[in-house]
Amino acid sequence: MYFGLSDDQIFFQENVSKFLADQASLDVIKLISDGGNDTKKADIQRGLINLGINGLLIPEKYGGLGLDLLFATAVSQSLGSGVAPVSFTGSYVMAPIAINEGGNDGQKSKYLSGIADNAIKFGVAFTEYVGSRENAHISINNDRVSGSALFTLDIEESTHLLVSNQNGKIGIVETNHKGVEVIKLTTIDKTRNFSEIVFNDVDIDILEKTISNDVAIKKSIDAGRIILSADSIGASQTLIDKAVEYSKERKQFGRFIGSFQAVKHMCAEMTADLEPCYALLWHAAHAFDNMPDEARLMACQTKSHTSEVAKVIAKKATEVHGGMGFTDLMGIHYWFKRIGLNRQLLGSPELIREEAAKIQGF
Amino acid sequence: MDLSYGPEYKNFKKEIQDFCNDWKGVNFSDGVQVSLGQSFSNKGKTITRTEWQSILIERGYFARSIPREYGGYGGEADIIKSRIIATEFSNAKIPPAMSGQGIDMLVPTLLELGTEDQKKKYIKPTLLGEMIWCQGYSEPNAGSDLASLQTKGELINGSWVINGQKIWTSTAQYSQMMFCLVRTEPEANKHAGISYLLIPMDSIGIEVRPLVDMTLKAGFNEVFFTDVSIPESNIVGNRGEGWAVANATLGHERGSLTNPNATMNRVNSLIEMMKAETVNGQRLIDIPVFKDRLIQIQGKVMAFQSNSLRVLSSKLNSNQDTKIASMIQKLVGTEIRHELEGLAIDIMGEIGTLYEDSPHIRDDGSWQFTYMYYLGLIIGGGTNQIQKNIISERGLGMPREPKVKEV
Repeated sequence: MYFGLSDDQIFFQENVSKFLADQASLDVIKLISDGGNDTKKADIQRGLINLGINGLLIPEKYGGLGLDLLFATAVSQSLGSGVAPVSFTGSYVMAPIAINEGGNDGQKSKYLSGIADNAIKFGVAFTEYVGSRENAHISINNDRVSGSALFTLDIEESTHLLVSNQNGKIGIVETNHKGVEVIKLTTIDKTRNFSEIVFNDVDIDILEKTISNDVAIKKSIDAGRIILSADSIGASQTLIDKAVEYSKERKQFGRFIGSFQAVKHMCAEMTADLEPCYALLWHAAHAFDNMPDEARLMACQTKSHTSEVAKVIAKKATEVHGGMGFTDLMGIHYWFKRIGLNRQLLGSPELIREEAAKIQGF
Repeated sequence: MDLSYGPEYKNFKKEIQDFCNDWKGVNFSDGVQVSLGQSFSNKGKTITRTEWQSILIERGYFARSIPREYGGYGGEADIIKSRIIATEFSNAKIPPAMSGQGIDMLVPTLLELGTEDQKKKYIKPTLLGEMIWCQGYSEPNAGSDLASLQTKGELINGSWVINGQKIWTSTAQYSQMMFCLVRTEPEANKHAGISYLLIPMDSIGIEVRPLVDMTLKAGFNEVFFTDVSIPESNIVGNRGEGWAVANATLGHERGSLTNPNATMNRVNSLIEMMKAETVNGQRLIDIPVFKDRLIQIQGKVMAFQSNSLRVLSSKLNSNQDTKIASMIQKLVGTEIRHELEGLAIDIMGEIGTLYEDSPHIRDDGSWQFTYMYYLGLIIGGGTNQIQKNIISERGLGMPREPKVKEV
């Protein structure tokens, strides 16, 4: 019995962290978030692809690394920890899983190989299935798609889009097709880009197995929720580390503020809340890979629970920094906002708990 | 990640399940309360507590790694087997082996630090449940700041003579023995002046006064000592080493307070109740606000359960560091359980406040009882505020509070 990340997973995770520490310092994150440096953003994405993050979940026969979701989870913790301004959840987790699960052999061969050798990059537009708002209404008829999808993940530099309708039928569209309109959304979290996509009667390559069932989209969303949870956990850990570090440097009333119980207890509470999230996260990823009966419930509970925990940590860690925590200068807000957006993506906690209840038959 | 226990444990699990089947519904003629917040079926065999302890020891289901000569099973410690036993017993609603401060705290302390005579004399009857122990640590003016305790012990003509008072002493009213912290070196600084003594509760000069807690059930006591005399040899460790001896056992207590599997079983009982009960003709499980709170607490318990698997794993794999994951267990486990029991009360509404032998009561009032009982556990065993100090200072390396002049 061994409960935890393996040496390989930790090694890979640390490599990602080292790369980000080196290439994506807070100053760089600020530059990118201010919209002033798309080249640097692309460089960081390319550097991570050189490390292999695009091929983690692609089976070896399509040129990928053939690893499991727990591996991707370990990586996502690092990305969240460093508020990495890159694509991952949509392009390299949800897309390969949806295609591997829903595609026919030809589709798998074409798209999965394409992701593995970085010729194809997907944006993922599944909001219609998760929680349709603004009367977006995606309709897929006779290999044509119309309607709009909000909050498309990982749209930047994408060559293709995965889009689903309300029933979980998934198809693939080329991003630069003339009927595809990309409307950039401005969210609180400027480390990542989100767009609304409007499809005006566009050709769509429907993943064959998704015509008859919604297994592929469910698996893809379960995985996405676990990966977003990992991102929030990574971000939360950085916030706690920063808060503790700050409390050991900042003096008031002739003492380090970290010696006041009011501050100490906030840090202890954050830690006590976060620590079990790691175990839940890895357990959920392991269930996704190996325990199909428990996988869906665990994915829901992980996303819902870690979203609640991370929200409180984002608040308390900012408070520990006092007024400085509220400034742009300190940059704590990048983590605060990343957590805030992750919470809503692929289902807010309340909606996901409703789903968790349904899964259990209540 | 590997959650399997390996093939040898498959057989063991089967063995335990068979055992549980054989003993389904066992209950005790001597009526000792065995497990709080769980009710066991009244059907089945009736035996004494001691008989049950013997059966469990004989089979290695309890006191597994304690040497035979001291009354244990004499096997290798096997944490996975312990886990399987706890889980299967809990699932089958079979009473677990007796626990208590003697078994959980004194026995490990004696094994580590006791003399040969002490081990021979005390461990076996304690394991069998024939010798019940209480813990004499806290005093009216020494709670969280335990080391400031003032109960005095003087060595006079080869006997320790003890004067003073202890409080929050669970089970003192039916204990045969107390392990007790006493100030024996008044000149030494506060931590260095304490000794760990073993006191027979029938000694002349001991007075036990009940201190009824808010549950009106599980009683604490105050224990008063007036010139109580015990043999010089009833000391564990040397004079002035009592603080170190006690710290060995405090660790045992913190680890033993919460069992995540029992908590998950409790969640499942709550789900059953929410399916069965109605308000205004609607099943409780169908009421969205209740359902949302249920799923929320279920998520917390799942995380707590996974956390404890991680801690278990670190005991089997020496390269894993789960210091923080272990440190938070008392804080998190007690708070979650209190919240969970409170939810059950909320969903029952006024019915949830019924107590004792009231008409309309559900589950013998166990939700209400456990809700209050866990508030006691949140405070006891090192308050959760003290736990937060420990997590922040020892876990996160945050600075200690500056010393102030005592008032």
